[in-house]
Amino acid sequence: MFLKVFAVGGAICTLAQLLINYTKMTAGRILVYFLIAGLVLQTFGLYQYLVDFAGAGATVPISGFGYLLAKGAMEGAKKGLFDAITGGITAAGMGITAAIVFGYLFALLFKSKSKMN
Amino acid sequence: MKNDKDFINENYLNYVKSVSPKTNEPRSLIRAFFVGGLICCIGQGIRYLFEYAAGLNGDELAAYVSAVLIFLGAFLTGLGVYDRIGKFAGGGSIVPITGFANSVVSPAIEFKTEGYIYGVAAKMFVIAGPIIVFGVFGSVVVGLLHFGIINIF
Amino acid sequence: MRTVFFKNKPAIIATSSVGGPKESSGNIGEYLEVKSDDDTFGEKTFEKAEKKILYTAIGNSINNAKKSVSEIDAIIAGDLLDQIISATFSARNFDSGYLGVYNACATFTEAITLGATLINGGHLNYVVCGTSSHFSSAERQYRYPLELGCTRPPQAQWTVTGAGACVLGSGKGPKVLSATIGRVIDFGVVDVNNMGAAMAPAAADTLYTHFKETGTSPEDYDVIASGDLGALGSEILKDLIWQKGYDISRNHTDCGKMVYTMNEKEYQGGSGAGCSSMVFCSYFYKKLCEKKIKKMLLMSTGALLSSLSSQQGESIPGIAHLINIEC
Repeated sequence: MFLKVFAVGGAICTLAQLLINYTKMTAGRILVYFLIAGLVLQTFGLYQYLVDFAGAGATVPISGFGYLLAKGAMEGAKKGLFDAITGGITAAGMGITAAIVFGYLFALLFKSKSKMN
Repeated sequence: MKNDKDFINENYLNYVKSVSPKTNEPRSLIRAFFVGGLICCIGQGIRYLFEYAAGLNGDELAAYVSAVLIFLGAFLTGLGVYDRIGKFAGGGSIVPITGFANSVVSPAIEFKTEGYIYGVAAKMFVIAGPIIVFGVFGSVVVGLLHFGIINIF
Repeated sequence: MRTVFFKNKPAIIATSSVGGPKESSGNIGEYLEVKSDDDTFGEKTFEKAEKKILYTAIGNSINNAKKSVSEIDAIIAGDLLDQIISATFSARNFDSGYLGVYNACATFTEAITLGATLINGGHLNYVVCGTSSHFSSAERQYRYPLELGCTRPPQAQWTVTGAGACVLGSGKGPKVLSATIGRVIDFGVVDVNNMGAAMAPAAADTLYTHFKETGTSPEDYDVIASGDLGALGSEILKDLIWQKGYDISRNHTDCGKMVYTMNEKEYQGGSGAGCSSMVFCSYFYKKLCEKKIKKMLLMSTGALLSSLSSQQGESIPGIAHLINIEC
């Protein structure tokens, strides 16, 4: 399993590096494009295959976040209009909350270090 | 007076392109592959740990795993280590969820000098904000489309 | 005619330079007057640190000239931060006149051009010219937070943490003979990491203009020092000026290229408003005083972009001002 995780996760990151090398894209842009890619693929149910195959190799990259958002929204849509709208952010709620809470906490604790190279 | 379009010198731009140093292509790709793969394996390890030790499964399991990875990314950013990893690995440490944490925590720490409300809280999402915006917007579009399809057919 | 000749030959009577940890351990470290192994210089923020190194350099240069602050008629200073706060807040510590100037990394020679003109005309007696830059404050204004894990492309330069200031007036010291005012030239380079390529055309234009208007050639100077073109920009400058019929490969050097020890091939060298001022006020000034260098051209180069202009897709205009110094 770990081999599959390593291969798929590594391949997604290599794809990002290719984009960096050829298009001079910045980190923020890469993250957005990969997120949208995951979201769109899952809309057609495709990213699920990758998750079933490689587990964390597909869910840890940011495209997995997009997958989670799409999956949540689609599952919500089965329940009704309200869940169709809130399903995505509910599914991604833990990630966003963790980022905000840890982000703020660590900002209280740490400061930017000087860089030498 | 010259017009704005006049000064673009294609010959010069092509010349600059030919003399500019290139990124070491194979090396950067290999690094991205290994570091990216490694971070995902750590994620998988945490997954197994939570599955067997805490008995979690499904969406709950995935959510906790991503929270732990975000914690790790945020912590390494605070320690001033994540940017080292990023310089080494490029895409390998940007794309995993730890990179998302890094892009939230790094401006939060940086703008601490401007205060805790307009500094930390306001600047926290200068880089990661678009991810939340496009993510939430996209999920609502997908949700509504599916709702429509389910109820029409 | 863009060259100003100074008949009364204002002298650079004293200088002072301050450098951060990376600069102090670099090639010119031993020539720096104030070295620090702490790039916050004991301050709480990097902006305050940059202000501190600039007023330290200004204050020390006045002391080194054995003048009191009341004898200094004007301070002409600039830096890279928005509204040139480092220069302005530094000037707050001195009871002299103050002119804030901005030409990005070409500010230093711009300040000297203005100062020498005021002195040459007999309007002022003593003027201090200084500039500063700080890696961490520049990174956050122009690029990304320090802790963001992104790669630095191989054509990128490193903003110098340092400041330099010099006192102009009548007295002993290397003389400023002439200055050539640069034009803003933009060939359409949009890569914000490739400042050298953006500034090289302006540098070539200023240098060519200087040779033409003074009737000199590269052989007349011991050193032709550009500001912060970096390794790549220097090569481009040599190519461009060669196409105009001048060969500067023998005596050209670049402050940005020489400031760090290049054990890493990836980077192009230093940049920033403090780059040319710190290197000139330490290394070159000493060599001029020792008469190891007799005639030199100092040409600081600047990339006149802002983070807004590049987000709006604008290309990067370059500028270069040149001063001719003789000991």
